Amino acid sequence: MQVTMVVNDEEVTREIEGRLLLVHFLRDHLALTGTHWGCDTSNCGTCVVWLDGEPVKSCTVLAAMAGGREVRTVEGLEQGGELDPVQKGFVECHGLQCGFCTPGMMMTARALLDRNTSPSEEEIREAISGQICRCTGYSTIVRSIQWAAAEEAGTRTTTADAPTADSGSAS
Amino acid sequence: MTTVAGSPVTAFENNDQKPVGHGRMLRKEDPRFVRGRGRYVDDVQLPGMLHLAILRAPMAHARIVSVDTSLAEAHPKVKLVVTGAMLAEKGLAWMPTLSNDVQAVLATDKVRFQGQEVAFVVAEDRYAARDALELIDVEYEMLDPVVDVRTALDPSAPVIRDDLDGKTDNHCFDWETGDAEATEDVFAKADVVVSDDIVYPRVHPAPMETCGSVADFDAVDGKLTLWSTTQAPHAHRTLYAIVAGLPEHKIRVISPDIGGGFGNKVPIYPGYVCSVVGSLLTGKPVKWMEDRSENLTSTGFARDYVMRGEIAATRDGKILGIRTNVLADHGAFNGTAAPVKYPAGFFGVFTGSYDIEAAYCKMTAVYTNKAPGGVAYACSFRITEAVYLVERIVDCLAYELDMDPAELRLRNFIKPEQFPYTSKTGWVYDSGDYEPTMRLSMELAGYDELRREQEEKRARGELMGIGISFFTEAVGAGPRKDMDILGLGMADGCELRVHPTGKAVVRLSVQTQGQGHETTFAQIVSEETGIPPSDIDVVHGDTDQTPFGLGTYGSRSTPVSGAAAALVARKVRDKARLIASGMLEVPATDIEWTKGSFHVKGDPSASVTIQDIAMKAHGAGDLPEGIEGGLEAQICYNPENLTYPHGAYICVVDIDPGTARVTVRRFVAVDDCGTRINPMIIEGQVHGGLTDGVGMALMEMIAFDEDGNCLGGSLMDYLIPTALEVPDWETGFTVTPSPHHPIGAKGVGESATVGSPPAVVNAVVDALKPFGVRHADMPLTPSRVWEAMQGRPMPPI
Repeated sequence: MQVTMVVNDEEVTREIEGRLLLVHFLRDHLALTGTHWGCDTSNCGTCVVWLDGEPVKSCTVLAAMAGGREVRTVEGLEQGGELDPVQKGFVECHGLQCGFCTPGMMMTARALLDRNTSPSEEEIREAISGQICRCTGYSTIVRSIQWAAAEEAGTRTTTADAPTADSGSAS
Repeated sequence: MTTVAGSPVTAFENNDQKPVGHGRMLRKEDPRFVRGRGRYVDDVQLPGMLHLAILRAPMAHARIVSVDTSLAEAHPKVKLVVTGAMLAEKGLAWMPTLSNDVQAVLATDKVRFQGQEVAFVVAEDRYAARDALELIDVEYEMLDPVVDVRTALDPSAPVIRDDLDGKTDNHCFDWETGDAEATEDVFAKADVVVSDDIVYPRVHPAPMETCGSVADFDAVDGKLTLWSTTQAPHAHRTLYAIVAGLPEHKIRVISPDIGGGFGNKVPIYPGYVCSVVGSLLTGKPVKWMEDRSENLTSTGFARDYVMRGEIAATRDGKILGIRTNVLADHGAFNGTAAPVKYPAGFFGVFTGSYDIEAAYCKMTAVYTNKAPGGVAYACSFRITEAVYLVERIVDCLAYELDMDPAELRLRNFIKPEQFPYTSKTGWVYDSGDYEPTMRLSMELAGYDELRREQEEKRARGELMGIGISFFTEAVGAGPRKDMDILGLGMADGCELRVHPTGKAVVRLSVQTQGQGHETTFAQIVSEETGIPPSDIDVVHGDTDQTPFGLGTYGSRSTPVSGAAAALVARKVRDKARLIASGMLEVPATDIEWTKGSFHVKGDPSASVTIQDIAMKAHGAGDLPEGIEGGLEAQICYNPENLTYPHGAYICVVDIDPGTARVTVRRFVAVDDCGTRINPMIIEGQVHGGLTDGVGMALMEMIAFDEDGNCLGGSLMDYLIPTALEVPDWETGFTVTPSPHHPIGAKGVGESATVGSPPAVVNAVVDALKPFGVRHADMPLTPSRVWEAMQGRPMPPI
């Protein structure tokens, strides 16, 4: 079957099997490998992307179900060469280690901040509770999202620069 | 000397100070990860690549009667179907494990655990490969499984390993350490002897990325390139050379970005070998990526020790001796990844942080019809089990003596002047100063105030517990006189090359799985050379591009490879000094190093930078006599001892008396890992380990039913903590440098995983004191806590 959808602002059309999962469509057909696959049971959340602005677990969505809809992945977070505050926050606050859960975590975080500009720690933990991280223990993820919220509200008190591709030693 | 720093690190203050060398520095690897540009094994896409899927045994123990692959072979998208019988014809049906046992790549005679590899399919896409598995018809003759470790040695038990010549039982090995007689003597004279059965259930590391590989054999030049999820690419390459008979220089193992390892990615799994066979036979690149259930049911598990712990002490709380008897479940094959002379890993450090008179351990390991493995999940080669045993039994003693568990520990610590300290089981602790670490954790937690609060709550019938764990680890394997894996010494190489413009590349034999090596190792070299970390490229995870070494596990990267990086940088600096003496026209003995430059003694203005020297080393003109051009060095570092980090952890829990649900309210972790290279990364390592510990203590367990069916085969059944089950971590640190490590650093990657489970369990048991509970086994799920409250705590296995 043929499916057409908008992925990260670009319309794509592909011939697919009806049973193809969205996560495999993104990874294997569009080479958008930032979205990961980590379990068979919708528990781990490393595959979270947006479907019409809502975070979904793309291992539990058929690619065909995304037809005519808008998908956003981690590759679509950066806008105009500028990292999203959520991406900056994860770098600044050591919100990632192996990086595998990170794309899903950031997609959920961005969606949270779009609805709630100053979430409490409890609200952040609730928002990411459908996702698993084995490395960080979550505290630094919470801090990363708080950092992004403060950055967007203009209330962040430190003066850290945005990290760049070659910035080993960001200020 | 020990430095004490009290306040927990916060993200928003004391932010990065553009360090040259050690200090908080944001990670060099993060810009690619936050853009979704990491490159994991499953991201590798090669032209013409095929996909491999593995057929696995649905039962724990059965004889294979026949395998019919004809329908699968007829599938239009299938390129290859391989069975154990076909591998046996090529001599590839069995492979060595890391413990000198053998393991079936594909089963030929019997299946010995549920999930064991039976056949594989290579097809055009991953869905078709899975479809074809259902077309393979295997006829099995069911055999009785051996599931209960306690009855595995019964004469009536079915023999699992009848593939081994003359094997008539399920005995795997016996091991002992310490002095049985001396220990018996101190137990005989003790005022108090406390013993308990302590079970450390089977758990699983479950990294977010499952295991997988992409094999690409080029038949023209005979070279095999293997991208694989391995924590030890060099050791794997050598083993592939031995197993497959390929020349070692024709094998390139690439371990790209790895989505967490925790020891799960140390062994060689049948799937990796299958992908190699698949590529050899099809002439195409072949990808194998296991799913989560395959990961949980067939790859390296952890723990599974049934322990009897005994402790002897005087009435006033002086610990005299510790004794333990252990029954170890090694599954169907002994796949333990540990130094050869240490079949029980480093469990011998079970005497903990205490100065005692005698100790003894007797261990029996058995085969069962369960997945192989045993050393994984950030366990530091079984120190997790050892620390859990000693910290649990010490708390049992405190209970019997009615003594505060903090006070009991403080009374028995090895004293700072006793280091280097030789334990009663022969381990030489390099350095330590335990009391300040313990006191700091109590201060950060507000220990006395917590005890007062607990007293008030108990009076009201509320259940609050405070648990303490004090651990000493032994990490950084290891000295090659004692430690090897399948004959490969556990040393690590390092190469440093400074380019003409003063930028550099450092090549490591270890491999990051999230620990941040690209940052930490740049900082180590920076500290020694003055080259900014951002100017140092760190290359790792590729056997064609890095020197030989044994890889990253057992918290060994900083103790071994970190030492190599510091020493290779010093070699470069030594050469730079000679070149600088020529440039400054003074004898080398008359110049001094300040980070990044040499200057003439007494004249700071007469100086040359490391960058000036690099250009001189590569440039035109004469160099001092006897000095070759270039500015580079290499080294292979053989550690003289392990490093012994320690830490004091305090956990506070509340238990709902109506539902028996445990909530971890607070967790204070004070770690001493010697010299701290990047505090931000250390804090991250600790946080992750603490979460593991809460998971193991309260939720995680790979259970089996009586038929040997795995009951933890998905993340719906094998519970891992989410952000809702763990508190905001509170950390602090002390610094007691290692005397033999070049920069005084010790490993820290596994400290928290090792140290936290007993703190959580001790807290839960402490909360249940009003019910007369002295011990309860993990995982302390609501039902198990409820059972303990009713006075019938059962072992979980």
